[in-house]
Amino acid sequence: MTDEILKIRDLKKYFYTKHGMVKAADGVTFSIQKKETLGLVGESGSGKSTVAYTILGIYSPTDGSILFNGQDISKPWTKRPKHFKKDIQIVFQDPGSSLNPRRSIRQILELPLKVHRIEGNVGREEQAIRLLDKVGLPADYMYKYPQAIGGGERQIVAIARALATDPSFVVLDEPTSALDVSVQAKIINLLMGLQDEFDLTYLFITHDLSLMRNMAARVAIMYLGKICEIAPTVEFFKNPLHPYTQMLLSSIPVVSEKEEEYKPKKIIPQGEIPSPVDVPPGCNFHTRCPRRMEICSRVDPDMVTQEEGHLVRCHLYTGA
Amino acid sequence: MRLLEIRQLRAGFNVYGGTLKVLNGVNLHLNEGEKVGLVGETGCGKTTTAKSTLKILPEPPAEVFGGEILFNGTDVLPLGQKEMRKIHATGISMIFQDPTASLNPVFTIGDQLRDTIRYAGIDGHITKKEIHERAVLSLRDVHLPDPERMLKNYPIQLSGGMRQRICIAMALATQSQLLIADEPTTSLDVTIQAQVLRLLGELVEQKETSTILITHSLGVVREWTQRVYVMYAGSMVETAQTADLFNNPLHPYTEGLMKAVPRLTGEGIAEGISGRIPDYLNPPGGCRFHPRCPHVMKICREEKPPYFTVDADHQVACFLFKG
Amino acid sequence: MAGKKKKDSHTWEKVKKSWYQFSKNPLSIIGATIVFLIMCLAIFAPFVAPYPEHAGNFVDFSNASRPPSLHHLFGTDVFGRDILSRVFFGFRFSLVMGFVVISLTAPVGVTLGLIAGYMKGTWVDTLVMRLTDIFVAVPPLVLALAVTSILKPSVFNAMMAVSLMWWPWYCRLVYGISSSIKNEFFVQAAEVTGSGKLHIIFREILPNCFGPIFTKISLDMGWVILIGSALSFVGLGAQPPTPDLGTMVADGAKYMPDQWWMAVFPAFAIMFVVFGFNILGDGIRDMLEVEEG
Repeated sequence: MTDEILKIRDLKKYFYTKHGMVKAADGVTFSIQKKETLGLVGESGSGKSTVAYTILGIYSPTDGSILFNGQDISKPWTKRPKHFKKDIQIVFQDPGSSLNPRRSIRQILELPLKVHRIEGNVGREEQAIRLLDKVGLPADYMYKYPQAIGGGERQIVAIARALATDPSFVVLDEPTSALDVSVQAKIINLLMGLQDEFDLTYLFITHDLSLMRNMAARVAIMYLGKICEIAPTVEFFKNPLHPYTQMLLSSIPVVSEKEEEYKPKKIIPQGEIPSPVDVPPGCNFHTRCPRRMEICSRVDPDMVTQEEGHLVRCHLYTGA
Repeated sequence: MRLLEIRQLRAGFNVYGGTLKVLNGVNLHLNEGEKVGLVGETGCGKTTTAKSTLKILPEPPAEVFGGEILFNGTDVLPLGQKEMRKIHATGISMIFQDPTASLNPVFTIGDQLRDTIRYAGIDGHITKKEIHERAVLSLRDVHLPDPERMLKNYPIQLSGGMRQRICIAMALATQSQLLIADEPTTSLDVTIQAQVLRLLGELVEQKETSTILITHSLGVVREWTQRVYVMYAGSMVETAQTADLFNNPLHPYTEGLMKAVPRLTGEGIAEGISGRIPDYLNPPGGCRFHPRCPHVMKICREEKPPYFTVDADHQVACFLFKG
Repeated sequence: MAGKKKKDSHTWEKVKKSWYQFSKNPLSIIGATIVFLIMCLAIFAPFVAPYPEHAGNFVDFSNASRPPSLHHLFGTDVFGRDILSRVFFGFRFSLVMGFVVISLTAPVGVTLGLIAGYMKGTWVDTLVMRLTDIFVAVPPLVLALAVTSILKPSVFNAMMAVSLMWWPWYCRLVYGISSSIKNEFFVQAAEVTGSGKLHIIFREILPNCFGPIFTKISLDMGWVILIGSALSFVGLGAQPPTPDLGTMVADGAKYMPDQWWMAVFPAFAIMFVVFGFNILGDGIRDMLEVEEG
């Protein structure tokens, strides 16, 4: 009986737009163990949100497979059996628009309960109060509307909503990117506590590597639809291999001298992120890569295993 | 004489239910050539302070209750529109957080840049050719490729990073003495942010423009500024040379903030600061941070702490450091 | 229980705040007063009008064509009927026309718009929107004229005709909002949880459309009344002796400019009604706009 809760294999999601075909996700492969937190890191156009939405079923994959607890769920939410919708939940990025401004918090929390007919021994109202309690919010928040509470608290309500169906897997799409650092700390602590208490597995999407350093068991970096590097956290920060990873790390503004030592020194960020409609040929990072070689503009590198669990997609390491 | 001096600025907004007393005695100064940071979280009043300095707050519902803003020794608060326009032209410029919102989508970059230069009114009368040349030069300054062609582009054709560079070009094209940059890189990707900040740093040093960088990121402030103010709920709680602040944060709020930042060294996530930012309709008396402060004392509830000097340039608004 | 009390106090707060927003512009209060006044006059016409019997089959040629006086503030028409009283009764038909047309067109237009917007890109969307296009393409008055001339001219048929050309506008208004909201995170959150399409359309998307819908309804009242009066003016609406403002203007127009009061007062009455609803509509828009902010 495997401990793998999610396995994505060669996932592709292409969008056909009037500007051309956007390969938002182009062959993404990774798996997540139960109760683990996998950090999926990338900048705009990396495809990290696309991957998340495809797992949720908001998009249906163009190719590739998604296995959840061994079962194939590579279809849009309209075609999935209901119990998967209970088990997989998401917390969206923007607290401003992830809660319907015209519905009270009580109505927002009761919706998943109603849909899945989660009865329990107590009434819906009581269940909603218990959900609020789980996330540390007072019961009188039930009658408030989203605009009346701050961004951090709205995210906490979004987390409570995600927990309403007692899921085992939660996708967190940049849940704290729009929040101040002190509020972020509160929310992250809440998420970690909930993970322990309810045995949750997290796919945490973010652009903030410092956050992942402290939260994720493993980290995967995405660039323009493909994974560049994936490794256990400690190994990742001790020995970042891919030039893009190094560029990301060296761009982070840190607050102490000790952290400066973790940042690669010689890599200076350069170039613009190409438009996803116009992905460079060969290795998609070669236009900005300070260590590019001749082969990089022609051939897309394969993913190779450098160390135990540490995979990287770069010609510098393919041993060619 | 200091380039900019804000003394005891008190301002707020009149809304349904009363008055939001946001700024509660802001004290800040800037000398020529300095790169000063203003760091604080959402809602602390940093943008309100910046907009008050430029007098671009919409007067109802905004209202200034007291204090002075001295630019080159002259108080700008009582000035009329005509005088403010002169100051906007060559005295103070501002870069805003969202470059997309700052650029007019129906005009080309060239149109907007040329307009800025023309209305700055520097050098008296300026010919069309000279305006064009200055525009091209300012685009070169911000390292944008192929400036001649860039002038014909519309903002929508460019990426976020490029748009912000254009806003920087526009702000610096008029050789202002003071630049206020309000969260200029917050909406940009991390690798682009690093580039834009480096560029901004080079430019302000080259043109000897004094700068106030407003941000909520402690990391950015540490890398970019020489001196920094920490702001909470409408007033400054601590100010110091940047290195001093990070080596020795004194105010309980500053300490809380520093602890809440996730570290690359992997020390785990700290607790954050308990409580919430105050309701500006009924702000707490005395020190506005006292309801959340782990070291609160009786006097904190009653009086607003003034600056206490701890070191050269290092001042804290906290009774823990009295005497 | 304590929760219910909290809920009531929240609702009361919202009411107070809405009133504050509404009353900020003095014109809104004027609009509300005008509309309220007209409604009272219409509802209580039999009691308020000085000569209620003049609204029906009544003739008194000895009193015909009298200019405005103390006895007849608006004068009398060629049949000796008091114009003021007939104006009050005329308000009834105007208001009924407005209410009936809007109660028919708004629900139909809104529902179609919601569904088409949510299913944007599918055949449902295309079908509904092209249907809307067809009705919008015909000039409104022409459509109404065509319909009423085929059917027997009457108030009822005039209302049907106006309804036919009115519903597409609600549909388009809501289509725009619905198709943009359906991509918001909160809709996706509901979808992902597994809630049904009916819930999403009517409980998640619709409440976000209320603002523009109600604003449009109150602005529309004035327009519907105006169009209805236009139909009556050309004889396709209310038939004599029914006191309808449009008909009264048509009848009185023949006697301009000597017996000016016969056309002018009913015309002003129409203006008054339309103006009142328009200003009220602005006020409602102000009130609902900020709520969404």
